[in-house]
Order: sequence, then C-alpha cells, then structure tokens
Amino acid sequence: MGMTITEKILAAHAGRPAVEPGEIVTCKVDLVLGNDVTAPVAIKEFRKIGVDRVFDPERVALVASHFAPNKDIAAATQAKEMRDFAREQGIRHHYDVGDMGIEHALLPEKGLTVPGQVIIGADSHTCTYGAVGAFSTGVGSTDMAAAMATGTAWLKVPETHRFVLRGKLGRWVSGKDLILYLIGQIGVDGALYAAMEFDGPAIRSLSMEARLTVTNMAIEAGAKSGIISPDEVTLAYLRKRAQYPLRLYRSDDDARFARTYEFDVSRLEPQVALPFMPENTRPISEVGDVPVDQVFIGSCTNGRIEDLRIAASLLKGNKVHDGVRCLVIPATQGVYLQAMREGLLEVFLEAGAAVSTPTCGACLGGHMGVLAEGERCLSTTNRNFPGRMGHPKAEVYLASPAVAAATAITGRIAHPEEVARHVA
Amino acid sequence: MSPEAGRSEPLRGRAHTFGENIDTDRIIPARYLTRHDPAFLAQHCMEDEDPTFASRVQAGDFIVAGPNFGCGSSREHAPISIKAAGVAGVIAPTFARIFFRNAINTGLPILECPEAVAGIEPGDDLEVDFATGAIRNLTRGVEYQARPLPEFVLEIVAAGGLIPYVRRQLGTAS
Ligand code: SF4
Repeated sequence: MGMTITEKILAAHAGRPAVEPGEIVTCKVDLVLGNDVTAPVAIKEFRKIGVDRVFDPERVALVASHFAPNKDIAAATQAKEMRDFAREQGIRHHYDVGDMGIEHALLPEKGLTVPGQVIIGADSHTCTYGAVGAFSTGVGSTDMAAAMATGTAWLKVPETHRFVLRGKLGRWVSGKDLILYLIGQIGVDGALYAAMEFDGPAIRSLSMEARLTVTNMAIEAGAKSGIISPDEVTLAYLRKRAQYPLRLYRSDDDARFARTYEFDVSRLEPQVALPFMPENTRPISEVGDVPVDQVFIGSCTNGRIEDLRIAASLLKGNKVHDGVRCLVIPATQGVYLQAMREGLLEVFLEAGAAVSTPTCGACLGGHMGVLAEGERCLSTTNRNFPGRMGHPKAEVYLASPAVAAATAITGRIAHPEEVARHVA
Repeated sequence: MSPEAGRSEPLRGRAHTFGENIDTDRIIPARYLTRHDPAFLAQHCMEDEDPTFASRVQAGDFIVAGPNFGCGSSREHAPISIKAAGVAGVIAPTFARIFFRNAINTGLPILECPEAVAGIEPGDDLEVDFATGAIRNLTRGVEYQARPLPEFVLEIVAAGGLIPYVRRQLGTAS
C-alpha cells in the first residue's frame, strides 16, 4: 500500500519506513514558529522545562505581527518579551518592526519554508506552508515551548482528504474563491483532524501566491494541514529563496485517501462567505444588495503582491465610495516595497484608500480598523466569527481582493466585472 | 490535565451548555490577547457568547458544548481562560484539534461524548471522572461513557501536562 505525501514526510521525520493514519508519532521538527501573542506564553512555559537553550536557534522563527507596531503598553510588553528571548537565545529569524510581516506571508517569502519539512507553529494558520509541499500545522504555545526545548513534537498522523479540482478558472476567480467554495461544500469541521491534499489542473494552474491562499484556509475546514505536492511552480518560486535543502515527495498512486472529492470549477463564480462562519459561502450573484462600511485588503490570506496588483487594477482611476473606509495592508515589508515600486500604493492612495505598514491588526480586531457595533466589513481575511474584527455585533463578509476592490468602489458587495470595463 | 483528574476521582458540578462550533474568539476575544495572565483572561471567558458567564460560573462547574468546540485560532489563552474561570472540564462531541492539544497540554480536562451532550440540559448536576470517561447526570439519573483518550495522550495527562512530561523525558524533572 502506498503512502500520501503527508505520511511520507511524517515517516521520514519519525525515523520510520512507514506510518499509518491514527498513529501517534514523535517527529523531528525543521521549523518552530511563534508570534507576539503566542510566543510570550510559550517562553513562559519554556522556562519551566529546565533547559537553558532552544534546540537550534536557526530553526526557531519569531514574528511580531499581531499587535505590531505596538498598539498599547500591554502589547509592547509582549513584543519585548519575545525580542529579549530572541536576543538571549541568538535567534536570527526574529522579525520585528521594519523587516517584519505577517508570519505566514513572511516565512515563505524569506525561503524558510521548503518542501518536505515538518513545521509547527503556535498559530492556527501555520497550515499555510503546505503550499510549498511541507507538512505544517498549528499548535498551541505549550507545544511550541516543548518543541523549542526538544526539537520534536508529538503528532497524530492524519488521514488525508484529497480534493481534485478540474477545469479552467474564470477571469475573476482566484485561489480564495476555490477555498471558500470548498469550505462551503464540506463545512467548518468537514476535514476535522485530516490533511487536505489539493490537486488537479485548477490547482496546478495557480501561482504560488494563490496556492498559499488555498492552504492558508485549510484550518477553516477543521483540517490539521493543507498540502500541495511540489511542481515546477514550487521550484521556480523557491529557486532564489530556499534557505534549506528541498525534499520532494508526492502521494503514491495507491495511497490511502480517506475521502476523495472531485469538483469541476470552470463555471465557479467569485465566492463570498456571509457572517458568521467561513462555511456560509454563496456565489456572488446570490449575495444580494449588501452595503458595507469598511473594506479590508490584506492578511496572511490575501496580502501578497498578486493580491494588491489585482485590487489596484480595479481601483485605478476609481474612487472609494463615499462613506466606505478602505484599508490596504501589505502583508510584508517586501510586499510593501514592491507595491511602492510598481506604483500600486499611489493607486490606492489616489483612490482614497488608507495604506499601512504590515500588521495583522484589522484581521483579528486588534487595531488599525476595528469595527463598531452594527458595522459591516468586506474583508479578504480568513475568518468571520462574531467579534473577529471588533464588536461581536459587527458583520464580516469574506471574499477575494478583486471582490474587495469592486466593493470599495461601489459601496456594496460587487462582482469585479461591474467595475472592470476599463481594465485591460 | 490536572493531577486530580489522573487520580480518578469523580468531580461534581453544574453544566453550562453552549452550541456548536464555539470558536476561540468567542471563548476569549482577540482584543484581550495583549495580556496572558490567567486571572485577567478568566474575567472575559466566553464573553461574546454569554457576557454573564464569567460572573455566573462557579469553581468546579463544567462546560458542555456542541461539536467542533474551540475551532479557530491556536490561542492557548482559550483553555487557560476556561480553566482560570474555575471550570473543571469540558465535554463535547468533538473538539477542534488545536484546542484538543492545548487542553491536554495545559491541564484542562476534556472528554468527547456525543450522547452525554445530547442528554445534558443547562444547570444539570454532573459527576464526571475524566480518567475513566464516566459521566453521570445526577439530575436525570443517566450515565454515559465517553470515548477514551489515546494511550499516549493519557501519559501526558498522567504526567500533569506536556511540560512535566517533557521534563521527565529530558531528565530535568526535580
Ligand atoms: S493576518 Fe489574521 S489570520 Fe493571518 S496570522 Fe494575522 S491574525 Fe492570524
């Protein structure tokens, strides 16, 4: 019996020829990650373990992304705890204001996430790195502490649900629409404890950035991880940036998939997830007339350069609708710089959008764009639970950057086609 | 999980019931994540779902919730706030996987038992043995048996959580 890519990676890291779904194995980890919310708790737990040094300072990444630049004194204190720990331990991959970004956009961009790795991170969207063909999963702070001390983690080998997407994507349909559609089909616990493996021509046609958007939201279906086996797109993306050797795996033809789903996505419309769950998705033509107060373009889901390019292509020469606040937050310093060089920032500013330095900020209702009671936001983020972006009675609709830009211009949730006539 | 749970003594308390897919933002909203002291987090436990919960809950009470409890973020602040609020344990048909790990690792007892959840009403008096998985609804006189935890996980439970477990593995336990 063959193995899936996930089983192969876990077996290799457990020092075993093979593993079976359901088994609990102790795996070596290649990268351990935390942020300014989760790392301080992990550091506190690490101190209790009784070792002085992390297992390998080159394999720990600490990213100040959530409340950075420091939103208040409490947040500043947490960021400082992390900074002091990084210094004390000689952790080079500590990204602070000035070179930081949202962790899941930043680490792939820096080439720290490569095929074949086992990555655990004290952040649920750690599943993002599956896009490059790594096994990566979100854990809690105590797991992070234990992994920093031992270089290992206990993992239950997940069963794999395979999603084969066929067909050619329509002009305004992106990775975000694919993953929203899949979550709408299977529900927020549709892949609970499982690895979601994405494949098929529609997935293969996606850029690495769009693939990162797809795997980013695997957790929103309850999955342990999301993964796409490496191909030429992966290798081209990593050519200039990989900081570790690549180990390329793919699922055997006779691998066990607990489930296989096949979808033809050639007629898929842009998707919108209605409040208050990522599974409440509808094709945009069925959303109706929904005016918004705020549009947010950014986050680890959709704050990469490709996302900003498409938003700018629609906003160019247009104005953000009266009474709508449009926020654009490039996900990393690198994206910010690139957007500036390409003139995208000018497009946003001239359209009447606000652009800020990288931060998670608005995505988790932390700072920079918190919603008041009764307000409605169309957001390119990944979650729309009550209170996610501010007041529990504020509403969040999730969609792609193209839909977000169209919505900013019309003031209500809109199909990009409506404003796209001038776009070449 | 607490050493008390490992000793297999049934705990007794009242049930607070919640619906399905209770996410970590409802357990502890992100706006409170600038701090991680348990007492502070306890004051805001379940706030956006039930603003009266933190003041009503009594030490030793249980949370009984629908499927996929704890979905959403990886914040360990969620089990920490529940535990610090005095909750003795959580019973649900299924847990979101990161929450499951975090509860085990930080010593918040949990059990998966769909039948018990279906039969428990708000305020019911429960007796729960987290080591054996036995759940008794004293108000209604019904007993349930929860799915046992995997053996490896029970070892972490018996050690008193992941940190003591790792200390033992590394030989740093005093
Ligand atoms: S952008 Fe949002 S979802 Fe992504 S890491 Fe930051 S808070 Fe989490």
